[in-house]
Amino acid sequence: MKRFASMLALGLVVCAQSASGQTLKAVTDRGMLNCGANGTLAGFGLPDAQGKWTGLDVDVCRAVAAAIFNDANKVKFVPLSAKDRFTALQSGEVDVLVRNTTWTSSRDTSLGLNFTGVDYYDGQGFMVRKALKVNSALELGDASVCVQQGTTTELNLADFFHAHNMKLKTVTFATANEAVKAYDAGRCDAYTTDASGLYAERLRLANSNDHIVLPEIISKEPLGPAVRHGDDQWFDVVKWTLFALINAEDLGITKGNVDEMMKSPSPEIRRVLGLEGNSGESLGLTNDWVVRIVKAVGNYGEMFENDVGANSPLKIERGLNKLWSKGGLQYAPPIR
Amino acid sequence: MVDIAERAPRERGSLLTNPLARSIFIQATLLVLVIGAGWYFYENARANLAAQRIATGLGFWNNTAGFGISQTLIPYSETSTYGRAFVVGLLNTLLVAGLGIVFATALGFLVGVARLSKNWLIAKVAEVYVEVIRNLPLLFQILFWYLAVLSTLPSPRQSFSFFGLAFVNNRGLVVPEPIFNEGSGAVGIAFLAGLALAVIVRYWARARQMRTGQIYPAGRTALALIFGLPLLVYLVLGAPIRFDLPELKGLNFSTGLRIIPEFIALLLALSTYTAAFIAEIVRAGILAVNKGQTEAAYSLGLPPGLTLRLVVVPQALRVIIPPLTSQYLNLTKNSSLAVAIGYPDFFALFAGTTLNQTGQAIEIIALTMAVYLAISLITSGLMNFYNRRVALVER
Repeated sequence: MKRFASMLALGLVVCAQSASGQTLKAVTDRGMLNCGANGTLAGFGLPDAQGKWTGLDVDVCRAVAAAIFNDANKVKFVPLSAKDRFTALQSGEVDVLVRNTTWTSSRDTSLGLNFTGVDYYDGQGFMVRKALKVNSALELGDASVCVQQGTTTELNLADFFHAHNMKLKTVTFATANEAVKAYDAGRCDAYTTDASGLYAERLRLANSNDHIVLPEIISKEPLGPAVRHGDDQWFDVVKWTLFALINAEDLGITKGNVDEMMKSPSPEIRRVLGLEGNSGESLGLTNDWVVRIVKAVGNYGEMFENDVGANSPLKIERGLNKLWSKGGLQYAPPIR
Repeated sequence: MVDIAERAPRERGSLLTNPLARSIFIQATLLVLVIGAGWYFYENARANLAAQRIATGLGFWNNTAGFGISQTLIPYSETSTYGRAFVVGLLNTLLVAGLGIVFATALGFLVGVARLSKNWLIAKVAEVYVEVIRNLPLLFQILFWYLAVLSTLPSPRQSFSFFGLAFVNNRGLVVPEPIFNEGSGAVGIAFLAGLALAVIVRYWARARQMRTGQIYPAGRTALALIFGLPLLVYLVLGAPIRFDLPELKGLNFSTGLRIIPEFIALLLALSTYTAAFIAEIVRAGILAVNKGQTEAAYSLGLPPGLTLRLVVVPQALRVIIPPLTSQYLNLTKNSSLAVAIGYPDFFALFAGTTLNQTGQAIEIIALTMAVYLAISLITSGLMNFYNRRVALVER
């Protein structure tokens, strides 16, 4: 109902806060960043037993808050379903949407959003029961597949089956929770979502060892933060926060050694840390913004390992998300 | 009105004190304000949407939808349009609401009458049913039917079989699918003819009873006509309608008509829930009929069954119909809870998936409101029509 109210609000008073500079000012005045997050996906957005939000997407929001307030805790996380997330951003309920959202042309151009980059390169996969003795997604003809409503997954699934001339029974649920529960109850032969999500959801199944993830990746799913269209300054702040995280890893600046690095003679490191130039002030922040970010959440690599990689229960390989210099796709324009 | 208009200017002479002029002025001002406010909201939303580059209008209607739907009453594939998905969703909602209304009414009348039974056990069972069902949240009941019942059913390869004709598994109920060959139309026509004949027989039987006092078994004759006639035609034409038996192939049943568990769960929950309310309405309606009516019927020698059917229920209907209409509307609107268990109803498909894929919240929410409003207004229109007919019978 709250979401419905925000849709109505969108219809009646459509926020005029899209003009450049308005969002940063609104966030600063409020003293709090409103961040649209997942809420149920381990590794990306999930409150833990103590109510502390954890995950890669969530940490991106913390980084933005750290850059603005020098305090990573000044974030209010708003859990959103896949179906409602864009409306929440459009109507101004959240300032930034970081909810494992795939960057596509239609979302970028017709929903009034701008994607600021990619914090995780993903792809869609399938999970099935081992007992089914299926080894490839191409053997899923006539299968019932559980899927979450309002996702690119829903569309890729239809495309994939159509392209391979297979018949498909889609069973669509409003949330991932319900879709996984129905799959676990045996309603569907397969559950499909982004591969990272499959590993996370598998941990929650009654008997996770009875399920396997099929090898096929059927789509490109670049996941990233999105902001409202029209406020270029705010767009820059979120975009460069992500770039700062990647640049910090590139230069070897970590949560542990950032104070040490301040003494580095390297002009590149000095520029990134705000000792030279005025990268922060041009963004509307302070020049030590990268120092604040790295002190709060670490660099991109540290975030990755803590939230989804080796130090997390998910243990996902970095794969495509390695730095460009190590054979991956993560690459950020220089700060200068 | 004309009177005032002619007299007023003569008496007062001023436009300001003329009641007609004043009321026209007030009405006109109000109209302008309402239109102005509407225009302001429309223009404001349009301008802001344009400024944020959010697409507007119904241009998406003919675009490819690109998502799958688990239950479609008309042909639909991933390559169909959003417009077609709209119709698919609408039909799914109408199907579950229509069947739900039929089942809820039948069950509700039964339970309502049972609550008034002189048999202690029957009355208590009916009472417990009503009190338990209507005091639990509907969403809870839908999830109960879906998850609790679904998880106990076997996988397709281990389906429960009903003599090899129908199968139940956790993918739903698979029944033989009718295949209509040449000549099927004749069977349909025979069915309609049987229906028409049954109506004629009923009127004839009633007229004869009025005239001679003799009772003719119109009910049994009607049954024979409605079902016997099509069966006869079916046999004469050499069985034009064939049934495709369900057959397990690969992961699932590939032939046979499949009724998805989401539909069964939703239909069960909606009918049993609404039936509990209808039962109370029926009980209230029957109790509203003066006891003297029953006593009068008994003293004329009518047995209890006929008393109920001919004396009590027709009078009770006057009390029952208006609140019954609200229950029908509730059932239809409650069917939008389908989204919780993945039944592809109108709300889930249109205000859910389509809204999210196109991002055009305002147009889609407005259309959704219009559709539910239309369904409700049509339902209550029909019920009001019926109510007037029932009311006329009153003497």
